[in-house]
Amino acid sequence: MSAEPILKVTGLSKHFGGVTAVDNVSFELKEGEFLGIIGPNGAGKTTLLNLITGFLKPDSGKVYYRGKNITALKPHKICELGMARTLQMVRPFYNLPAFKNVIIPLCSPRSLKFSGSQYGERDDIALDYLEEVGFERDSSVPYKPAGVLPHGYVKRLELARALAMQPDLLLLDELFSGMSMSEVASTMFIIERLRAKGMSIIMVEHRVKELVRVADRLLLLNFGAKIVEGKPIDVISSREAVEAYLGSSQEVE
Amino acid sequence: MPKEDTGQFRRERIDRGIYARSSDIFALSSWREMNYLLLPRILPVVILLAMPLALELAGNEYWAKVMVILAIMGIMAMSWDLLRMAGMFSLGQGLFFGLGSYVAASLNHYLEWPIILTIPIGTIAGAILGTVLLLGTLKLRGIYFAMVTLAFPLLLVRAIQATNFMGGTEGVKAAAFPDYWTIAYLAIAALLVCFFGLRRLMNSDWGLVARAIGQDDIAVTASGIDVTWRKIQVLFIASGIAAFAGTLMTHFLMYAGLSNFSLEYSILPVASVVIGGSGNFAGALLGSSLLTLATEALRALGALRIAIYSLLMVFFALMVREGIFPYLERRYHQFERKVKVD
Repeated sequence: MSAEPILKVTGLSKHFGGVTAVDNVSFELKEGEFLGIIGPNGAGKTTLLNLITGFLKPDSGKVYYRGKNITALKPHKICELGMARTLQMVRPFYNLPAFKNVIIPLCSPRSLKFSGSQYGERDDIALDYLEEVGFERDSSVPYKPAGVLPHGYVKRLELARALAMQPDLLLLDELFSGMSMSEVASTMFIIERLRAKGMSIIMVEHRVKELVRVADRLLLLNFGAKIVEGKPIDVISSREAVEAYLGSSQEVE
Repeated sequence: MPKEDTGQFRRERIDRGIYARSSDIFALSSWREMNYLLLPRILPVVILLAMPLALELAGNEYWAKVMVILAIMGIMAMSWDLLRMAGMFSLGQGLFFGLGSYVAASLNHYLEWPIILTIPIGTIAGAILGTVLLLGTLKLRGIYFAMVTLAFPLLLVRAIQATNFMGGTEGVKAAAFPDYWTIAYLAIAALLVCFFGLRRLMNSDWGLVARAIGQDDIAVTASGIDVTWRKIQVLFIASGIAAFAGTLMTHFLMYAGLSNFSLEYSILPVASVVIGGSGNFAGALLGSSLLTLATEALRALGALRIAIYSLLMVFFALMVREGIFPYLERRYHQFERKVKVD
C-alpha cells in the first residue's frame, strides 16, 4: 500500500439556495481502507457522495483522487479513473433482463480497458458479476426483467453494476436500505470479500451496527459538517454522536 | 393460460411464439414452422417492393406517387422513434427534414450539382446542421427538449421569410428524378435499409446503452458512460435519416420551400408511433403507412377529412394503447385450438 491517500477531500462545501448541504468537510482515505459515513437524515451524506463522484459541483473545496485533482471532472471521467458508486435510489432499467443491466457499465471506457470485455463476450461477463453478488447463475433470475426482481436483488444488481467497472474505490450509498436481515448478512459477506481483495470502500449507511463491525473508521456528519471521525466504537459512543441522533441532553429540562 | 368450456371441446390458448423463437433449429424442421417465422418478415417486404410496379402497370399514377410519400414518411417515423428510444422526445423532426431538403435543393439549383451528389451531401449536411443546432439542448429532458425542438423549425421558417434567404417564400426549385422507378425504388430500398439497419443497431450493445439512456440517464452516467456524447451520436444518425428523407422529398416534388419545415413533418412521425407502437421500428413503419394511406383515402371527403382523421387518432390512442403492431404481434404468437375434452 502506498502512503499517498487514494482519496483526499479538502474543505468541501455545497449550498442549495440558503441551505448548507455540505459544510467544509475534509477527510482522507488510505488505499484499501473502509470508511463508513453515518449521520441522521438530511445530514448531507448523499450530497457528499455526489460531490466526490462529480454528479454535483462543489461551491468550494477540492477532491483529489490518487493525488489528481478531480473536482472539475465529469462523472464518467471520474468513473474512468477507477471510482464507482451505487445510487441510493436504485434505478435498474426495468424492462431489460437483469444481466443486460450489467452490460451497460461493461460498455464504459473503464471496462473496455480491461481485456475480455469485447462485444459478444459481455453476456458471460455480466453473468459472472451477477454471480459474484449472489444471483444464482443456473436459475432464471439473471434473465428476468429487472422490474420484477425482489428489492434485495435489485439492490445487489446495483452493486454488480458498480463492480462491472472494476473500481479501485467503491462508494456505496445506503446499499442496505430496504433489505431484510438475511439479505444484509449475505451482502455484508460480499462486501467483506471485496475488501479482502484490497478495494477501498466508502459506505454511507443508516445501519450503524453493521458498519461498526466492518469499518476501519467512521465519519459522523450532521447538518452537513463533519462532527467526529475516528475508530468506529469511539465515534458511536462519543457524546457528539448521541447528540446528533438523540438531541442534546441540556435541552431537556 | 385461460381455458373455457364449450361443450365437448375446450378452447386452449397457446403462446406459440415463445416456443418457436426459443428453438431456432427446431423451426427448420418443418415448412409450417418456417413459414410461421418467415412470413411476417418477408410478406411486408414483398408487398412494399411489388406495390409501385403493380400500381404503375395498372396505370394508377396517383396511388403510385402515394407509395413514394409513404416510404418517405416511414423513414421519418423511424428516425423519430430512434430519437425517442434514446430519451429525446422531439416535436421538431421537420427541422432535419427541412434542412436536408434545402441543402439538396440549393446545391442543385444554385450550383447545378447532379442529384447523385445532392442527396448524400444534403443528408450529411442535414445531420451535421441538425446536430449542431440541437447541441445546446441535449441536457434538457422530456417536455423541455420537446418544446425547444418544436421552436426550431418555426424559427427557421420566420427567418427565411423575413430575410428572403434561399428564395424566401418562393422556395428553391430542384431537379426531378429521371423517372418514377428511380425514386420509388430508391425510397423503398432506403426504407428497408433503415429498418433492418436500425433494428440491428438497437439490438447491439451500443443500442442497449442508447435505450438505457432513454430510460434513465443518471444510472447510465453512474455506469461510467458519457451520456452527452452518446446522445450526440444518436442525434446525428436520426437527423441524418430525416434529412435524407427531406432530400428525397425535394427531388420528388422538384421543390424545397417553407412547407418542408411545416408542423406536418414534425407531428406525423409522433402520431405514427402513437398509432403503430414504439420500440421496434415496425410499429413506426406500420403507423406511418396507415396514416399516409388514410390521409390520401380521405382526401375526397374534403373538410370532413381532418375530423375523421382526428377521430381515428383518438380511437387508436385510447383503444389500442400499446399500438397496432405490438397488438398484432401478440395476437399472432398466441393461437387458439379446440381440444377434445376426455
